[in-house]
Amino acid sequence: MSLQRFMKEAVSEWMRGKGPDSDIVISSRIRIARNLVEHPFPMLATDSQLEAVIEKVIGASGQEAFQQLGDFELVKMEDLSDLEKRVLIEKHLISPNLAEESRKGAVLLSNNESVSIMINEEDHIRIQCLFPGFQLKEAWNLANKIDDIFEKQLDYAFDEKRGYLTSCPTNAGTGIRASVMMHLPALVMTQQMNRILSAIGQVGLVVRGIYGEGSEALGNLFQVSNQVTLGQSEQEIIDNLESVARQIVEQERMARKQLMEKSKIVLEDKVCRSYGILQHARVIESKEAAQRLSDLRLGIDLGIINNVSANILNELMVMTQPGFLQQYSGQKLTPEQRDEKRARLIRERLLIEHHS
Amino acid sequence: MRCQECGERPATLHFTKIVNGEKTELNLCEQCAQEKGDLLNQGTDAFSIHHLLSGLMNFDQNIPTAPERSERALRCETCGLTYNQFAKSGRFGCSNCYKSFSPKLDPLFRRIHGNTTHSGKVPTRAGGQIKLKRELQSLKDELKRSIEEEAFERAAEIRDQIRELEKKIASG
Repeated sequence: MSLQRFMKEAVSEWMRGKGPDSDIVISSRIRIARNLVEHPFPMLATDSQLEAVIEKVIGASGQEAFQQLGDFELVKMEDLSDLEKRVLIEKHLISPNLAEESRKGAVLLSNNESVSIMINEEDHIRIQCLFPGFQLKEAWNLANKIDDIFEKQLDYAFDEKRGYLTSCPTNAGTGIRASVMMHLPALVMTQQMNRILSAIGQVGLVVRGIYGEGSEALGNLFQVSNQVTLGQSEQEIIDNLESVARQIVEQERMARKQLMEKSKIVLEDKVCRSYGILQHARVIESKEAAQRLSDLRLGIDLGIINNVSANILNELMVMTQPGFLQQYSGQKLTPEQRDEKRARLIRERLLIEHHS
Repeated sequence: MRCQECGERPATLHFTKIVNGEKTELNLCEQCAQEKGDLLNQGTDAFSIHHLLSGLMNFDQNIPTAPERSERALRCETCGLTYNQFAKSGRFGCSNCYKSFSPKLDPLFRRIHGNTTHSGKVPTRAGGQIKLKRELQSLKDELKRSIEEEAFERAAEIRDQIRELEKKIASG
């Protein structure tokens, strides 16, 4: 398959990177957890009970109001290869838990992949809306709408005091997890991340690096999300996250400006070296690729590099993950083969940039 | 020792994971550990949340008290999950567990969320009356504010809305 065609199929809406503040906020995500009454949670349910849950969700998605939202496809985990599941995880469309742990797990995926409804994960239903850029409210509006449509047919487990009942007590109440993925290279370079991390913890939010181990964030990508789901309304949770994320965006912009004023030549050197390496490397590990792509993206955002489109970081961060690389190659690869393949994919992707 | 993932580079990172007394060892080179990082990390993440939660739930049991024995025997009649199993897994078995373990849950929710009571969305069908009651409450709050601000015209409107709503609730 040609890279161009593969990309067309591989790139989800959120990776295209068009959206408000998309120079810093890569994507906004809302996930809400729901369960059906009189069905044990997936952990304790029998296979036939789980199949009944899938049937009910299919039924609810047959409503006209749902059909108007676009085309959806139901994908059962048992029908996918390990590699295909891995690709869906790398695109953030399903959770590792659904892919690896669930019995009778399935996902209802929208055509542009901005909606994925997981069935029989830890909870019966998890509605996820993933939008490019800073669009938390838009994502919530859509998730809320789908929830309302489903509720017309499905009997949700709900309690006046505890709200929506979920398998894990950390999700009870609203069942909502709102998160924004941000690219924060300047805050990392100016060593301000630790200060920000500890401040965020104090307002009921949590930050983690994505694609990385522990606190280390690969490609300077961080995800900020709410911890508390009970006792605050959805609106409060989203407003809180939005205002904190807004402040981080401002801080990152300020740090970028300072870097440009105080050490422009050092920054240019860093960006251009990384660009050169991405254009010419023959072997590259995922960690280095992530860092170089982050540098390149920063260079694009600051106008140091002009002939490369900004969504390259979003796309290549996902496409250079092990699952994707193997899917693209159509075979299992050893880590060394992957490093070689990764370098080639990046080179080819940059060539397409120059020809278009 | 060679990396057990690629079998080529020497293993420089050694992980030992012990879950319920079962020991698994992983010997990886740096590159493979990086690639696997995602997976390993999720493993440990899940474990720590787990661990943390069951730590929270067992908090009370560290202090020996008289009713402890009956608490241990707490069991959900619908799905059969015991409170002990819940404390270990950090997962409820069914929606009825919330009722079955109710006496133990307030402190738990307070520790996790700093709160015990839902104040967000209410489903239209399942929540029918609850939704109306919440609406009533927010109208009453608004009425109070209007009176304080001496916006009496607005207050009169709200008072009429409240009467309507109260009739609706009373008629079920």
